[in-house]
Amino acid sequence: MAVVREITFAQALNEALDYEMSKDPKVVVMGEDVGVYGGIYGVTAGLYDKYGPERVRDTPIAESGFIGTAVGAAATGLLRPVVELMFIDFLGVTFDQLYNQAAKMRYMFGGKAKISMVLRTTCGAGFSAAAQHSQSLHALFSHVPGLKVVMPSTPYDAKGLLISSIEDDDPVIFIEHKGLYAIKGEVPEEPYSIPLGEADVKREGKDITIVATAAMVHKSLEVAEKLEKEGVSVEVVDPRTIVPLDVDTIINSIKKTGKLVVVDEGYPRASFASDIAALAASKAFDSLKAPVKIVTPPATPVPFSPALESEWIPSTEKIEKAVREVL
Amino acid sequence: MGVEEIPKETLLEMYKKMHKIRTYEETLAKWYYEGKTPLFDISAGPIPGELHLSPGQESAAVGMCIHLKDEDAVIGTHRAHHFAIAKGVDLKRMTAEIFGKATGLSGGKGGHMHLFDASKNFSCSGIVGASFPQAVGVGIAAKLKGENYVAVAVGGDGAANQGTFHEALNLAALWKLPVIFLIEDNGWAISVPKDKSTAVAKNSERAKAYGIPGVSVDGADVIAVYEVAKEAVERARRGEGPSLIEVRVYRLRGHFEGDPQAYRPKEDFELAKEKDPLLNFEKLLLEKGITTEEELNRIKEENEKEVQEIIDFAVKSPYPEPEEALKGVFAGGE
Ligand SMILES: Cc1ncc(C[n+]2csc(CCOP(=O)(O)OP(=O)(O)O)c2C)c(N)n1
Ligand SMILES: [Mg+2]
Repeated sequence: MAVVREITFAQALNEALDYEMSKDPKVVVMGEDVGVYGGIYGVTAGLYDKYGPERVRDTPIAESGFIGTAVGAAATGLLRPVVELMFIDFLGVTFDQLYNQAAKMRYMFGGKAKISMVLRTTCGAGFSAAAQHSQSLHALFSHVPGLKVVMPSTPYDAKGLLISSIEDDDPVIFIEHKGLYAIKGEVPEEPYSIPLGEADVKREGKDITIVATAAMVHKSLEVAEKLEKEGVSVEVVDPRTIVPLDVDTIINSIKKTGKLVVVDEGYPRASFASDIAALAASKAFDSLKAPVKIVTPPATPVPFSPALESEWIPSTEKIEKAVREVL
Repeated sequence: MGVEEIPKETLLEMYKKMHKIRTYEETLAKWYYEGKTPLFDISAGPIPGELHLSPGQESAAVGMCIHLKDEDAVIGTHRAHHFAIAKGVDLKRMTAEIFGKATGLSGGKGGHMHLFDASKNFSCSGIVGASFPQAVGVGIAAKLKGENYVAVAVGGDGAANQGTFHEALNLAALWKLPVIFLIEDNGWAISVPKDKSTAVAKNSERAKAYGIPGVSVDGADVIAVYEVAKEAVERARRGEGPSLIEVRVYRLRGHFEGDPQAYRPKEDFELAKEKDPLLNFEKLLLEKGITTEEELNRIKEENEKEVQEIIDFAVKSPYPEPEEALKGVFAGGE
């Protein structure tokens, strides 16, 4: 019988890593402070003691170097690296290895190369970590064909999606919102996988659709709950993976409600939010009863001072306001 | 050259700066933990966010910056308060920045990892390894303008493994630029010890690969740092090109505040105390009869009073207006 307990998002990820490492000797973990320290957010805790320094490797601060190493190791087919980039903001230091190398090898080499690796990284503001440690840059990754992009919002999804990502035969960017690590949720003890490209309707509703990602799913659910008391029925769709994207679930929801608000922590331009808005316009135009609204941070870097940062992050108030305007 | 050949005035200035750094950092640490307990909540309290403090590393900053003028640039790291203080950055405004206040150096937009003071040519970044090539840029500007100012790029032992370090060394050497690469080797990059991250024993050895001078110096002795830095700065000002200096120091605190440091062996904490550059300097000044306890106490009192005023300024300053968040992305302010 399945054992289901309440564990944190970080513990759920840890279980997925542990399961994959125990099952498949090809799976290796690399990154800054992932070994002895167990990751600065504790996601790799205990793995170093269990699997040793060869399979759980602390790296120098050389993101281009060790992420390129992961790409090369994956290309051999002999290893399935799970490599950690401490903050998504450090993407710039290593981007070539991901967007020109890992992303393109399968296609560019005529289908003869396979890069099965996962890059785990963290995103999200709200901790006064300022402009270089707070961003949500999933749009940069999802722009480039060849990278899969995963962004879970619950402990349950985190475990199932990480297992699928590690078993996937393509490079996967697995993005963990820092604000979610401590949240708890029901997670089966047994391993299970959630296919990449399947959205989850986190709450069913009939009056309006909110498409939201990561931490924004929870804020949207709060708003939905509040509005329910006024008789407004809000549907909250969490795509869970940005690439591949479950277009059908999103479009079906929009067709049902005729109204759409997209809530995302990425910058507003050339973004996930604008992508979903465009999708609605091109695939559900006839069903739309009101203009689509997006709720995102402004197009500015993330400010440090809490007085500024709280203005910057999409709040439940802003989400509620957008929903009311669209209704 | 030894301590005897350095004017007393300079020595006391160095002591004052080192002690000020120590006092400042320890005072900040106290304020940092306000409101963060019982469960450590990083975004709470008067100083939100991460905080990387510099006690134990004062000699690297003061031994170098004592040779610098306002026109010389220092580009620091995520752990930069000691260099900012040594470079003469306005401490009231810097502290207000760290507290997220409107009166801060950047109006509260930057925070403790992103300090900037154009009048002192000081800046720093939260991205490990970002400083090195930017210092090359300052160096090339100095050379093209025919000025003899220098640029100091600071990095930790961890940062010396980034590609930017090696690219910048090559560029500065190739173009013979007035750049000083200063590696603060505190033996750790968060939890990873240097011998687990670095293929050579001393980062100064890496200078050989680029045909420039490389020196490693014991940071417990600020006079030794002073001498090595002097030579590098003079060489750069003479137009003879870059140098690489490794200063071996110890971290007296965690990587960031709140770091349990379980990864760190007991001996390392003991060594850190033994190699404390401030206490060693104090001892030296007294032993050599350069100064007296009374004189040092006077300096300490001045520093304590000043730090208190600085903190008061930050605490009493207002927070920025929320709309400020939306301004200043491009030229023209909007
Ligand atoms: C490009 C990049 N990678 C990783 C980090 C996370 N990080 C911040 S400080 C640090 C350790 C730096 O070690 P070192 O350069 O020795 O400086 P120290 O903290 O010891 O002063 C790491 C890994 C970062 N800020 N930037
Ligand atoms: Mg270090």
